[in-house]
Amino acid sequence: MEQKLRQLREQSLQAIREADTLEALEAVRVKYLGKKGELTAVLKQMGGLSAEERPRMGQLANSIREELTETLDSAKNALAEKALEARLAAEREDVTIPGTPVSIGRPHPLNKVIDEFSEIAIGMGFTIAEGPEVELSSYNFDKLNTAEGHPARDRQDTFYFDDDDQVLLRTQTSPVQIHVMETQPLPIRIIAPGRVYRKDEVDATHSPMFHQIEGLVVDEGITFGDLKGTLNELVHRLYGSDLKTRFRPHHFPFTEPSCEMDVECFKCHGAGCPVCKGEGWVELLGGGMVHPKVLAGCGIDTDKYSGFAFGFGSDRLAMFRFNISDLRLLFENDVRFLEQF
Amino acid sequence: MDLSREWLNDYTKITISDKEFCDGMTMSGSKVEGVSVTGAGIENVVAGRVTAMERHPNSDHMFICQVDAGQDRPLTIVTGAQNVSVGDMVPVALDGAKLPGGVEIKTSKLRGVQSEGMLCSLGELGLDTHDYPYAIENGIFIMDEPCQPGDDILRVLGLGDSVVEFEITNNRPDCLSVIGLAREAAATFGTDFSVREPAVKGAGDDIRKYLTVQIDEPALCPRYTARMVKNIRIEPSPAWLRRRLRASGIRPINNIVDITNYVMQEYGQPMHAFDYSCVGGEKIVVRRAAPGEELETLDGNARKLTPNMLIIADAEKPIGVAGVMGGGNSEIVDSTKTIVFESANFNGTSIRKTAIALGMRTDASGKFEKGLDPEGTIPAVQRACELVELLGCGDVIDGMIDVVATPPVKRTVKLEPEKVNALLGTDISRDYMVKVLEKLGFSVEGDVIHVPSWRSDIEHYSDIAEEVARFYGYDVIQSTMIRGKTAQGGWNEKQKLTNRLNALCQAMGFNEILTYSFGSKSAWDKIRLPADSPLRQALVIQNPLGEDRSVMRTTPMPSMLEVMSTNAARRNPSVRLYERAKVFHPRTDNPLADERMWLVLGEYGGGAGFFQLKGCVEAILKDMRVQDAAFTAETAEGAFHPGRCARISAGGECIGLLGQIHPAVCDAYGLDHNSFYAQLSMEAMAAHQGPERTFTALPRFPAVSRDIALVCAADIPVASLVATIQAAGKPYLEKAELFDVYTGDPIPAGSKSVAFSLTLRAADQTLTEEHTAETMSAILAALAAEHGAAIR
Repeated sequence: MEQKLRQLREQSLQAIREADTLEALEAVRVKYLGKKGELTAVLKQMGGLSAEERPRMGQLANSIREELTETLDSAKNALAEKALEARLAAEREDVTIPGTPVSIGRPHPLNKVIDEFSEIAIGMGFTIAEGPEVELSSYNFDKLNTAEGHPARDRQDTFYFDDDDQVLLRTQTSPVQIHVMETQPLPIRIIAPGRVYRKDEVDATHSPMFHQIEGLVVDEGITFGDLKGTLNELVHRLYGSDLKTRFRPHHFPFTEPSCEMDVECFKCHGAGCPVCKGEGWVELLGGGMVHPKVLAGCGIDTDKYSGFAFGFGSDRLAMFRFNISDLRLLFENDVRFLEQF
Repeated sequence: MDLSREWLNDYTKITISDKEFCDGMTMSGSKVEGVSVTGAGIENVVAGRVTAMERHPNSDHMFICQVDAGQDRPLTIVTGAQNVSVGDMVPVALDGAKLPGGVEIKTSKLRGVQSEGMLCSLGELGLDTHDYPYAIENGIFIMDEPCQPGDDILRVLGLGDSVVEFEITNNRPDCLSVIGLAREAAATFGTDFSVREPAVKGAGDDIRKYLTVQIDEPALCPRYTARMVKNIRIEPSPAWLRRRLRASGIRPINNIVDITNYVMQEYGQPMHAFDYSCVGGEKIVVRRAAPGEELETLDGNARKLTPNMLIIADAEKPIGVAGVMGGGNSEIVDSTKTIVFESANFNGTSIRKTAIALGMRTDASGKFEKGLDPEGTIPAVQRACELVELLGCGDVIDGMIDVVATPPVKRTVKLEPEKVNALLGTDISRDYMVKVLEKLGFSVEGDVIHVPSWRSDIEHYSDIAEEVARFYGYDVIQSTMIRGKTAQGGWNEKQKLTNRLNALCQAMGFNEILTYSFGSKSAWDKIRLPADSPLRQALVIQNPLGEDRSVMRTTPMPSMLEVMSTNAARRNPSVRLYERAKVFHPRTDNPLADERMWLVLGEYGGGAGFFQLKGCVEAILKDMRVQDAAFTAETAEGAFHPGRCARISAGGECIGLLGQIHPAVCDAYGLDHNSFYAQLSMEAMAAHQGPERTFTALPRFPAVSRDIALVCAADIPVASLVATIQAAGKPYLEKAELFDVYTGDPIPAGSKSVAFSLTLRAADQTLTEEHTAETMSAILAALAAEHGAAIR
């Protein structure tokens, strides 16, 4: 019997080695370890053995059965691993093939710049104000200290809706200053982005409709130094703190003293190039201390309060920011243009 | 304003480089736009005397000249010019010389003879006969200038002057002059500045025997000053005067005309000269033109005048348009014997409006329209007469006519150094302020500042602050941050909603567009707006830039369609666009507009379809928490396909439209018929916005799903079936989702099959078979009763 057992062990281990599929392994298991398997059959004959031999043979048979079971399990695992490797190899993809496109819309470059600026201003304690685009002449001009007969009022520069030149399309966002000063409690700290209109024929740098951002601060003790500090801060947050700026005297009817702020040329960084006409500086915005006549006209006590205001063309800002060469592109809305931002 | 630095030095001596000069002037408020040098590009050209000439042996028209150019031996130079003679002084371009336009001269052989340079014409030096009237245009420039052979031609011809171009702001017409800029320059660089009073000797006689001046319009002509010159000799001006005019961008004409232009440039006061023989009735009248009057101006154009225009007339007829241009009928000509110099002060607005109405803006009108110094008329006319005597071009008649119709107001401002410092955020001393003001021509007595007559822009301490700050240095003023209470910035609710809409539309793949707020009335026809539509009530621009930009838009649709059309024309295969578009409706209660915002969506190509766009609209309405939103069939909107248009409402109010664009409208815009459009009122969405979302507990009990397929009349809207299901399915119906709509065999004609997937659930227990069956039969009974729908 011992010989028979050892023979079965040899035969079954050989069969396991030869099995190369899970099915073949299962067949081996059934053949030797199944209910009607050969090892099982041998074990059934144990009853006919002597009392001395029975435990010894029992032990031998059990150890063979354990060995077979273990060998079968590890052979099964090895085969499963191999099968998985083969599947993964077959499933390999060319990962350089582009992904399924997801189309995400883009903001208009002009609004992108306005939003960027608004976020920065909000971070500095400003809120966003609005005003009508169809405006009264008194808000667009009179209350901004722009005298009757001022050239900006001419019909060749401003769009009018009535014979008496009393209702117009605002030519600047500055009338929002007046609306805010007339209605909001002091202190005031606002910016007002919006559309403005001037009678300019369309070309690479002109449009009858364009955009400005106005800024206004009114409080006790506001100074020209505050204007400089605030504008520097805004510009540095927008373009980086290493951008050089300079302030030059200028003239606007509704600010006194008035200034223009230049920034170092974006293109040549001050060396002088065609963009800055060799000056090394590009004009960015205009501003100044709110004219006392304007404050007083809005019922603000000029002995107690002062303020500054500034304004600039956001279309120009967007053109600088994105290197756009022609203003008309902003209003054509070709998707190949829009998708670039 | 072009300023000659050589001329500037007459009033204040400034020797620094052009760069330093320009930077300094810009930073003190006279913005420099550019600088150029007269004679730029000329190098190595000298005066030379022709000492001998012979015909070129190999040419029938060339000469071989020996030229003394100040070197140790004469140069041999070949010329083809026919006007050169031995003894002539000529410009000689030496070997290696440069001429304007990048021309370079080298020693070279001309028909076998070595030529060591070139003799130059006026044109080759960038000049013409206006600069040197005695020279000829075609030929070598035979110079009649004091010089020696070898002298640099730039020095001989007075070239090499720097001309600085300034941008002068509207409030500073006094700086449109050499003297005005010299005053600014002296204050900027700390140099001495003085204006000498012109000295006129006079030749006897009395102007009052010749002329009277009458001002009929004191408001439009506050002052009129005149002097006269007899025995006029018209000839070219001397070189120095011609040069200065040329550098200032003014073409020399003759001595009298040049003097008026010279004085205008120097003093900033436009002048005019009339031929006295053409002044009828020995009288000048400043009046409004009579209706129907006409005048041929100096430029040869006949001008129709109106009573809005101020004119200079003699006893009978107009002889000039005041402040704009003189009349041809009193022009200075070679035979002119006696002239009247006009130096007047006019109302700026009146001059500007006249110049615009006549379509001729001149140097003079450009200055007058900014409002000139009423005290400037006498110095200017005196300077003109001084120049007449200096140039020897006539005898100045004694006496002056000076009619002051509106006496100038002398203005004072209080000196308040502490207020100035408070406004600027500085600590500038009173002494410094006084010093700056005095340098600019103000005088200070105690705390009273006397404003000079040419500074009508100064009326308030803030103006004084600017004067002080300009010279103290804007860049020197310390930058500070706003003190005071900390302000809380932020977006308001409406702005937050807008920001969210932007994010949402972009996430769904819509690109943002931006279009004009005005358009054409013809767009209303293109989008098939009914003749009586209220949207045809629009604000009309009275002075538009063409019909296509003449009305404020009342509907955002044409703008979107135009952009889609542009993209289609450029063969962009698909677009998905959105705009936040403002429209303008006339109001009855005031003259302004009712300005409203729409969210507009448009798309074609790339699988665009009604339900694709509707899905986007639904997503927006859901995200905006628009309450009780509903879609109903809309057949009457002309811009849309009548069977594929939905009216969008919320709480019963119409808040928008959605649909396929009508084929006729597509054709009008050159669009594919599969183009889709939606518009949503931003105000209405905000008004119907529901409360902030709060958490709902996740279901703890399982759901039961049941699919049903119904057959019903084809014209019953799905929305009605859903409403019935939802009403009858209470309380266990959680949702009813449409998954199929089918018409055709075997469904009878006129009917359709509609399939729903229903989900039932109870919040507090697992649904029993009984509950499910009850709910389903209630739903089916209601569908049968309300819509005649049966299970398929």
